[in-house]
Amino acid sequence: MIEIKHLRKSFGSHVVLKDVNLKIEEGKVTSILGGSGSGKSTLIKCLMRLEDATSGEILVNGKNITRVTDPVRLAAVRRHFGYLFQDSALFDSMTVGENVAFGLQYLTDVPKSRYADVVKEKLAMVGLKEEVARLNPSELSGGMRKRVSLARVLAVSPQCILYDEPTTGLDPIMSDIISDLILDMKKKIGVTSVVITHDMHSAFKISDYIAFLYEGEIMLYGTPEDFRKTDNPYVRQFVDGSSHGPIQMKLMKN
Amino acid sequence: MFTSLGKLMLRWMNQVGGAADMVRSIGFWLVRSRFEFSQFVRQSVTIGVDSFGVTALTSLFTGMVLALQAGNTIGNIFGEPIFVGTIVAFSLIRELGPVLTGVVVAGRAGAAVTAHIGTMAVTEQLSALYTLGTNPTQYLVIPRMFAFLLTMPILTLFSNLFGVVGGYLVAVYALGVPGEVYLTDINTFMDSADFMHGFLKSFIFAFLVATVCCYKGVSTRGGAEGVGKATTGAVVTCIVMILVLDYFLTAILTAFGI
Repeated sequence: MIEIKHLRKSFGSHVVLKDVNLKIEEGKVTSILGGSGSGKSTLIKCLMRLEDATSGEILVNGKNITRVTDPVRLAAVRRHFGYLFQDSALFDSMTVGENVAFGLQYLTDVPKSRYADVVKEKLAMVGLKEEVARLNPSELSGGMRKRVSLARVLAVSPQCILYDEPTTGLDPIMSDIISDLILDMKKKIGVTSVVITHDMHSAFKISDYIAFLYEGEIMLYGTPEDFRKTDNPYVRQFVDGSSHGPIQMKLMKN
Repeated sequence: MFTSLGKLMLRWMNQVGGAADMVRSIGFWLVRSRFEFSQFVRQSVTIGVDSFGVTALTSLFTGMVLALQAGNTIGNIFGEPIFVGTIVAFSLIRELGPVLTGVVVAGRAGAAVTAHIGTMAVTEQLSALYTLGTNPTQYLVIPRMFAFLLTMPILTLFSNLFGVVGGYLVAVYALGVPGEVYLTDINTFMDSADFMHGFLKSFIFAFLVATVCCYKGVSTRGGAEGVGKATTGAVVTCIVMILVLDYFLTAILTAFGI
């Protein structure tokens, strides 16, 4: 289980996360909703330790990971997580196959002779053919890049996958395919998932729990059903995707 | 004016500090992680192949023009072009070989390194390295650092060779100096300390180019424009620092009798 307690993150004088408290249940999909610039990505970057929290705790299996500074121990902390980047972040100087196999040499004991099998297996898991392994990332569509990126994460068998806006920039059908994949991963390998999104359709489909991040704090946490029923005007406006409501009023005030 | 000067100094100090921190982390990961040998070989070949042609061409013509200038000037003073070989080899091996190679490698391979790492930085590929069990220092910087340290002294050696050959061609075919005299002039007046002088310089310039270009790449921010700025900044910094450092290195090495 992952527990975030009083997490604060600021860049200079700009406070992005004020006081985030959140429990992420094991083997479940937790979506974090929030508008653009609300600090969703910063939150999971703090989890992955790509950003250092200003204060607060992140407990992974009871251990606080925010105070780890030794680079070797930090690498061990990161091993717990897999990270699907918003723009996929595939290594463009390598083929798809090399990308998928990349983490194996650092994070697993898989012998080199088995890399091709792992690549084939993980590509199949995300619905891609073996031949794709020979292509370069620049030859792939947005949806394929996301799937290759997921295959790269799956190859190193993390306990928790952090998805940074997995459906952004994709057409509705491809978005749904990616949502199905996230659910598939939960069912097949029981992996814990944290999904950063502002795609309500996808969030309702995949989530066991949803957290709404607003002005650096979790405003509402609950099941998708709770979110459908809520009368919190901020969440209501976000869920309905309306330009009229308290969020817009806040923006206008600013 | 003082404010902007202060800001400039702060920014500069910040960059020097960042680069020093990168060098420290090279030391750390060199001990604590495995050496990426295949990356090192790949980078060495790329840097060597990238820079060999331009290095050879610039050195050849530098040797030629040195011989022409020296021959004509000495000819005007003493009536015949004497010690052309000495002047060409001395200038090349102690000064121009390492400096020209440093400048060419910075402009060719150094720029490519900054652009590549910089592009990786702005597309989150550097962050991806952290998430996959390695880090930019271990996977990108260390192999490149050693590739520069290996290839630049070798390129300098070739640069010296091509320069001396260029000087020979002009001395023999344009100035009428007998070939044996040109070569004897080199052998008589140069010793191993001169080679050591040039070699040490090329080694230090390699460290400088690798540090500046890798640091500028890793610290790139701000999309395509940021990559462009980082690349230009890396090349300009390298060239200026090579020329400035060359003077101080000459002074120090000469004081030590090298």
